[in-house]
Amino acid sequence: MKTVFAKSAPGRQGVWPQAPAKDPSAYVPENLLRKTCAGLPSLSELDVVRHFSGLSRQNFGVDGNFYPLGSCTMKYNPRFMEAAANLPGFTRLHPVLPQLKGAGRHCQGALEVMYEMERLLCEICGMDAFTLHPMAGAHGELTGAMIIAAYHKDKGNKRTKIICPDSAHGTNPASAAIAGFEVVSVPSKDGMVDPEALARVLDDQVAGMMMTCPNTLGLFERRLPEIVALLRQVDALLYYDGANLNAILGKMRVGDVGFDVVHLNLHKTFGTPHGGGGPGAGPVGVSRRLTPYLPISRVVRLKDGQFFLDYDRPKSIGYVAPFYGNFGVALKAYAYILRLGREGLVRVSENAVLAANYLRKRIEKHLDIPFNRTCMHEFVASAVNLAGRGVRALDIAKALLDKGCHAPTIYFPLIVREAIMIEPTETENKATLDRFVDDLVDILSSASADPAAVLAAPRTLPVSRLDETRAARAMELTDDS
Amino acid sequence: MYPNDLLYTKTHEWARVEGETATMGVTWFAQEQLGDLTFVELPEIGRSVTPGEEIGSVESVKAASEIYSPLAGEVIKVNQDLENAPELVNQDPYGRGWMVRIRLSARPEGLLEASAYAALTAGQGH
Amino acid sequence: MPFVPHTQEEVRAMLRTIGADSIQDLFAELGPEMRPKSFDLPEGKSEMEVLAHMERLANRNLSGLVSFLGAGFYDHYIPSAVDALTSRGEFLTAYTPYQAEASQGTLQAIFEYQTAMARLFGLDCANASVYDGGTALYEALMMAVRKTKRRKVLVSGALNPIYRVMLDSYTKNLNLEFETAPHAAGRTDQQGLARALDESTAAILVQNPNFFGALNDFTELFEKARALGVVCVVSGYPVLQSVLKTPGEMGADIAVAEGQSLGLPLSFGGPYLGVMTCTRDMVRQLPGRIAGRTIDTEGRTGYVLTLQAREQHIRRQKATSNICSNQALCALRALVQVCLLGEEGLRRAAGLSIERAHYAAERLTAIDGVEMLSRAPFGNEFAVTLPKSALSVIDELTRRGYVPGFPLGLYYKDLDNGLLVACTEKTGQEDIGILAEMLRGALR
Repeated sequence: MKTVFAKSAPGRQGVWPQAPAKDPSAYVPENLLRKTCAGLPSLSELDVVRHFSGLSRQNFGVDGNFYPLGSCTMKYNPRFMEAAANLPGFTRLHPVLPQLKGAGRHCQGALEVMYEMERLLCEICGMDAFTLHPMAGAHGELTGAMIIAAYHKDKGNKRTKIICPDSAHGTNPASAAIAGFEVVSVPSKDGMVDPEALARVLDDQVAGMMMTCPNTLGLFERRLPEIVALLRQVDALLYYDGANLNAILGKMRVGDVGFDVVHLNLHKTFGTPHGGGGPGAGPVGVSRRLTPYLPISRVVRLKDGQFFLDYDRPKSIGYVAPFYGNFGVALKAYAYILRLGREGLVRVSENAVLAANYLRKRIEKHLDIPFNRTCMHEFVASAVNLAGRGVRALDIAKALLDKGCHAPTIYFPLIVREAIMIEPTETENKATLDRFVDDLVDILSSASADPAAVLAAPRTLPVSRLDETRAARAMELTDDS
Repeated sequence: MYPNDLLYTKTHEWARVEGETATMGVTWFAQEQLGDLTFVELPEIGRSVTPGEEIGSVESVKAASEIYSPLAGEVIKVNQDLENAPELVNQDPYGRGWMVRIRLSARPEGLLEASAYAALTAGQGH
Repeated sequence: MPFVPHTQEEVRAMLRTIGADSIQDLFAELGPEMRPKSFDLPEGKSEMEVLAHMERLANRNLSGLVSFLGAGFYDHYIPSAVDALTSRGEFLTAYTPYQAEASQGTLQAIFEYQTAMARLFGLDCANASVYDGGTALYEALMMAVRKTKRRKVLVSGALNPIYRVMLDSYTKNLNLEFETAPHAAGRTDQQGLARALDESTAAILVQNPNFFGALNDFTELFEKARALGVVCVVSGYPVLQSVLKTPGEMGADIAVAEGQSLGLPLSFGGPYLGVMTCTRDMVRQLPGRIAGRTIDTEGRTGYVLTLQAREQHIRRQKATSNICSNQALCALRALVQVCLLGEEGLRRAAGLSIERAHYAAERLTAIDGVEMLSRAPFGNEFAVTLPKSALSVIDELTRRGYVPGFPLGLYYKDLDNGLLVACTEKTGQEDIGILAEMLRGALR
């Protein structure tokens, strides 16, 4: 499809506001104005509507396609949440309002949402306090790592290291490094963190450890209590990466079992849409001893029931967001939690785990599953046995696209070769799950009979496989044609 | 894959010592592991380097990796062709894909012979 | 149960396949000691009840306040088609475009967004966006630190104070040295900044228009900085950039911005959009996602995420940044907004905003005791000093339905009487008149 710039015709009228009485040069000296036009498109409103409608049709999304993308929890995104977040009483609120004397009364509803949302997340996770400020999962990790650093600094501990299992999401070590820590990797054993290996790297330099539970193989960390005890011995903090919270909602609370810090992905567990890569939200919860270090500001409820923002927090890590995080995303997740309620949230994890195990049992006959036991919300298969035919996980992923199914996550976690990570979520019906298995079996049999066909996939989409090496070498990053 | 007249590092660089200077690059194994290279970053001329010091990096679509100096000395030349043609490293890692020429300030130490390097890489890779 | 589709019979069939008696069996690995000590949440509600509750809360927020608040976040008009197009399920419910063939819509949109931002700021490249203007500035700073391998950072005191405190938090453990050149009565102190430049400086961070709304030309300052190998970073304002001298024209290496003014509602602080643009020289330091154009196996044009080898999913602790998302839907909104308005529409929005602000400045400074903080040229926002504390004036006027602006004293201790007033194309001429009369009354 032509770019929007290629469709532009100078002079064509778009959604123009009225013209100002005078040109900007009447108010601003010429030397402060731009010399040339920016080169932005000129199109009619219908041109624009056609262009973006056309682009949208070149996308897979949960609305149109099964999306078993492991680790990403691509569940259905209910539309009432959008309606809630789009209420003008929320969208029109300027973020500095609560800082103005006398204007706090103009945002009491919004402050109440923040306060109540924090309380709900505390109860869901068994934590003592939550902040809604982090603007994405990785941002939550960074915030959590900064809180860990602040805790040790305050206590006078000299701690320089964070431990990450080798199965961890790539963001864990990256976030820890950006918070100033040295990252120590600990190897897995039987697909789980090995407490013996952990004990070998633990010393009084360790500030904390970042864990995902269930881990990225979809397995519950059975030796979690031992791990908690080991870390406690050296006063190291335990961080819970909430990417996989969908598996344990209502079944385990991370605070109860000894985690000190947790980030959640509202765009995974709590149904807010991914939007093609964002915006998300990554609230962070902490145990009581870490509450002084939470980011500025904190929403507080006064005795008279009024809400206000507390900026006087001397031990805080400071500001991670300009205001209160992605409030619009928190609103959606808040509506989602209210809609599902206690019982509904438990059904989420139960049905997510049911669907994953159902797929696992049906797929184990066709694909190797390296750690094949009862999984949680996802599991990891391997295409390593197809290597002899020249077919790789990537090829299976591409062939699934031709079936109208989004590909699972591939080549992650790094500890499984030719990994295919499948997370069906709780919102897909049995017919969809069955069709996915049928499609996969079909692809696997054609991988045996006619590998070339699988290697040529996808053939039904707007483009076939794209030359990534050419893209990286040519670096054509803007439309200059 | 691993010419006998070269010396090798455990981090997958090679060096060809010729009198007071040496030429270096990355090995056939390294380029094979990385895949089609898309970018090579090389050190400034005149920089003095020590063995094991990071002197540049290479990137492909799926990986990025540092380049470490196998030797001690001063950088006297870099292969500018790689700026526009990083694929030379894939095509000819020991020839036109060379990276850096170094004037030696000390004799090479702790480097591997071809056979030892071949043994080292035999068990690695995907 | 909402959003769980199975019938009881289907659940039984699935359990039979698994070989489990009940769903509870699947959680057997969570021993009793792992179970929640409590899970005391409200009962679920119908959609109608939830929305009624949300409306009650929304209605407790401002109703009909007329606002002159800006301070980096502006209420520009958003054409209706922005919501219509960006709420299409294919955009809204897609994931990150890792499977390029099934994501050409998102990828081409990112590519077009990158093009629009690069052109707006007069630089060569842009990334697919980061969280907000503050994190964009932090990432720009880290680009400079990586590029120069220096530790000193020079910051203008007229740079948005919110961003400066964010930089403090992010760099607390990174061993950087900050030097701030105080603002000079609302102007960016270019001489002071120039004096503080030296060969140990990694980056100079300035803002245009600055926090006080004042406009600058940083050409000479950047010339000096570049001669010393310092990376020049400007934080900008996208709507005004359609008329203002660009960072590119001034010789900047990196321009970042809060993109909220392009098609995003204020929404109490987010989600917003961190715009990042840079010269070709800096592109390998640019973090996050970047879309690039290429061809498929049949020679057709297509788009992919590119230059990802330095990112967290490959490099882990050695990554350029820990960011693993962008604000894709917000970037899409910005792009659609730019396309609907077009070059002329955006210039008009900027021109009207500037015109309204100059009218407001004229009306307010006609009041006894109200003075412009500086005589510097300004765009759609300006600072005045009042004869008394701005906070109390704001309190009084807000009670009467008009928020006259932002109290500078919140961020600058010596400016308790300072009021920062912003206008956009939505600001009514009449409302400016009413504000002026109310202020006159309040100061009497």
